[in-house]
Amino acid sequence: MADHNKEVDQITGVETTGHEWDGLKELNNPLPKWWLYIFYGCIVWAIGYWVLMPSWPLVSDYTKGVLGSSQRAEATAEFQAAQAERAKMGEKLMQASLQEIEDTPELLEFAMAQGKIAFGDNCAPCHGTSATGALGYPNLQDDAWIWGGSLDDINYTISYGIRSGNDDERYAEMSAFGRDEILSKEEIVNVSSYVAKIAGIDPDPKADLDAGAVLFEENCAACHGEDAKGLRDAGGPDLTAPNYLYKRSLEGIEAQVTSPKHGVMPAWIDRLGETTVKSLAVYVHSLGGGE
Amino acid sequence: MKKTAKAIAETDDDSWFVSDAKIYPMATKGLFRNIKWAILFITLGLYYFLPFIRWDRGEGFPNQAVLIDFERARGYFFFIEIWPQEVYYLTGLLVIAAVALFLMNAVAGRLWCGYLCPQTVWTDLFLKIENWVEGDRRKRIALDKQPWTLNKISRKAVKHFLWLMVAWWTGGAWVLYFHDAPTLVVDLLTFTAPIGAYVWIGILTFTTYSLAGFMREQVCTYMCPWPRIQAALTDEYALNVTYRYDRGEPRMHLKEAQKKQADGEKAGDCIDCNQCVHVCPTGVDIRDGLQLGCIQCGLCIDACDNVMMKIGKPKGLIGYDTDMNIERRERGEKPIYRFIRPRTIVYVLIIGLISGLMLYKLTNRDLSNLTVVHDRNPLYVNLRGGAVRNGYTLRLYNRYKQPQEFILSIKGMPEGSQLKVVGEKTGTSNDIPVVVDPDTTREIRALVFSPKGSKMPESHDMQFVLHDPKAGTEVVIGDFFRAKGN
Repeated sequence: MADHNKEVDQITGVETTGHEWDGLKELNNPLPKWWLYIFYGCIVWAIGYWVLMPSWPLVSDYTKGVLGSSQRAEATAEFQAAQAERAKMGEKLMQASLQEIEDTPELLEFAMAQGKIAFGDNCAPCHGTSATGALGYPNLQDDAWIWGGSLDDINYTISYGIRSGNDDERYAEMSAFGRDEILSKEEIVNVSSYVAKIAGIDPDPKADLDAGAVLFEENCAACHGEDAKGLRDAGGPDLTAPNYLYKRSLEGIEAQVTSPKHGVMPAWIDRLGETTVKSLAVYVHSLGGGE
Repeated sequence: MKKTAKAIAETDDDSWFVSDAKIYPMATKGLFRNIKWAILFITLGLYYFLPFIRWDRGEGFPNQAVLIDFERARGYFFFIEIWPQEVYYLTGLLVIAAVALFLMNAVAGRLWCGYLCPQTVWTDLFLKIENWVEGDRRKRIALDKQPWTLNKISRKAVKHFLWLMVAWWTGGAWVLYFHDAPTLVVDLLTFTAPIGAYVWIGILTFTTYSLAGFMREQVCTYMCPWPRIQAALTDEYALNVTYRYDRGEPRMHLKEAQKKQADGEKAGDCIDCNQCVHVCPTGVDIRDGLQLGCIQCGLCIDACDNVMMKIGKPKGLIGYDTDMNIERRERGEKPIYRFIRPRTIVYVLIIGLISGLMLYKLTNRDLSNLTVVHDRNPLYVNLRGGAVRNGYTLRLYNRYKQPQEFILSIKGMPEGSQLKVVGEKTGTSNDIPVVVDPDTTREIRALVFSPKGSKMPESHDMQFVLHDPKAGTEVVIGDFFRAKGN
């Protein structure tokens, strides 16, 4: 640049850089020197940073830096601190009964928060993020409980599961009336239509409902109750409830009588521990269907 | 533009960068200098001592008048207490600040830059210290040219020490706004304060020391966007520090002017003494007219007035005026000064409106409040027997300094509907007492049940009512009750 002819722009009185693009010339309004020094300062800072902090990637590792700073270690420490903090509340949850938890705002708030997260992690895959269930997976929002909807009942079900193989599991199995040829095809149609009528579903017009009533009395009432409203101890669901575990239609009832499906709820007590299960019980109970 | 051209002349041919010539502003005395001192004392006095003012808020609450309490997530300003969900008041404050800047600009140009800007105020203070230790302009120039004698070293050392002390105090005062000031001062001195406090003091010490001690006018010309913006906000009626060239030109030295006047020729009042340039903290020549480098602090007015008095000419060769008025005077017309014009009226109205609105909102806040969020999924749950249940998440606000029992109820639901709050006893009525801790909020889950067998429409408007027995007020929040519909 020392060689170029110094040209001064007529209008502004400012020297040009000597560069020209299609007739456009650039004015040389120089930056102050300290801009440059800040740039040099950044370079010095960067070198210092490389030495002190983790920075350069290596083939299978990275430079650790003199200070040994590690965000992963910091995160782990913070996580442990948070766990220790939670453990204090967890201790309180352990001591308190389920009812006490629900009646104490401080414990309730903690249990609800913990329960909500634990639900999302463990329960939502089957029961849905909003606990509304799906075909074959119970809806936990409504008030139709097969095994009971009190705090203790829910806590027990979560702890030991249903048909889970745990020693303390809840267990019930419906006979396969069709597959095992306990009832004839016609009898199945009759008893299914009878159940449909009670549930408020249109029965098969060709079915003999009186015969169905007798069949129900003989084969189903032991578990489902004489009024078909279910028996908790036997694990027989309420057949008059607005929500069914499986298809709530005549075909659905016939299918279940012929060859029943049985879902499995795992036992969570060993995996999640008592406090988390308690929080889950309080959370599920608080959704609104709890008894 | 002139400055840049001058800087070019001092540049090496090969450099894209320039060293700006160091400016040695001269001290001056006069009206505007006094105004600036007064503002400096008031603003810095407020800044340094405000955290120590106490304000009683009752047992268990901070008694600092101005405090931003991050731990409790509260902002305190005397009688005002701001919760995190009310940060929009800050937005209002910023809008007021912006419009106030516009108003200043419309009335008298860069009043902010010249008198109120922290950069200007702290630079003034640092210049005063420099002047006190090293002497005035000419002594400082001479001192800088001297070799490093003991005198020079000791003067420079004292100056930098004093600068650092002021800078350190500036950073120190800043952190006091975020903790209980007297406690923090003791903690800082005994090295038991949080590390963050020291870091912030360090950062602000550095910025104050470098910006007010070294960067000075470069902050205004290179860093600050405001000079660019304010140029777009000015109009022909806005007063600016103006050299009245109609009176000053042609400029010439005093003796020359006297000679010319004796000969009956025209000579301006400006005697080209350069006092206005020497006192200028940004080193501009006001006689070049309105320019980016001029922060309009009015010091050149004082300097020029002092000279005019000495030579027996009327004051005001430089003064707050407009270019339009100079042109009018040249044409022999009367100058026009219009402070009340649509622009200023609108600015004042906007400021009045927003501050009025904020003040009204602040003084009429309920001590209790309620927000309602309906469950997103499921929207409703059908229960046995035909009843329908809706779930809601409610947040109750208690601004009282004591625990407060509120009564929650519902309105607009059919006869026989039921309200339940998880964890609270349900009585025979739908009035459910809920206790909220002092000065905080509580989230609760509320369940509303339509009566069995009632045919609810797809969406039904209903309200939650929070009764505050202490104040006798009610907060009514409208929401809806969903069902499958008929």
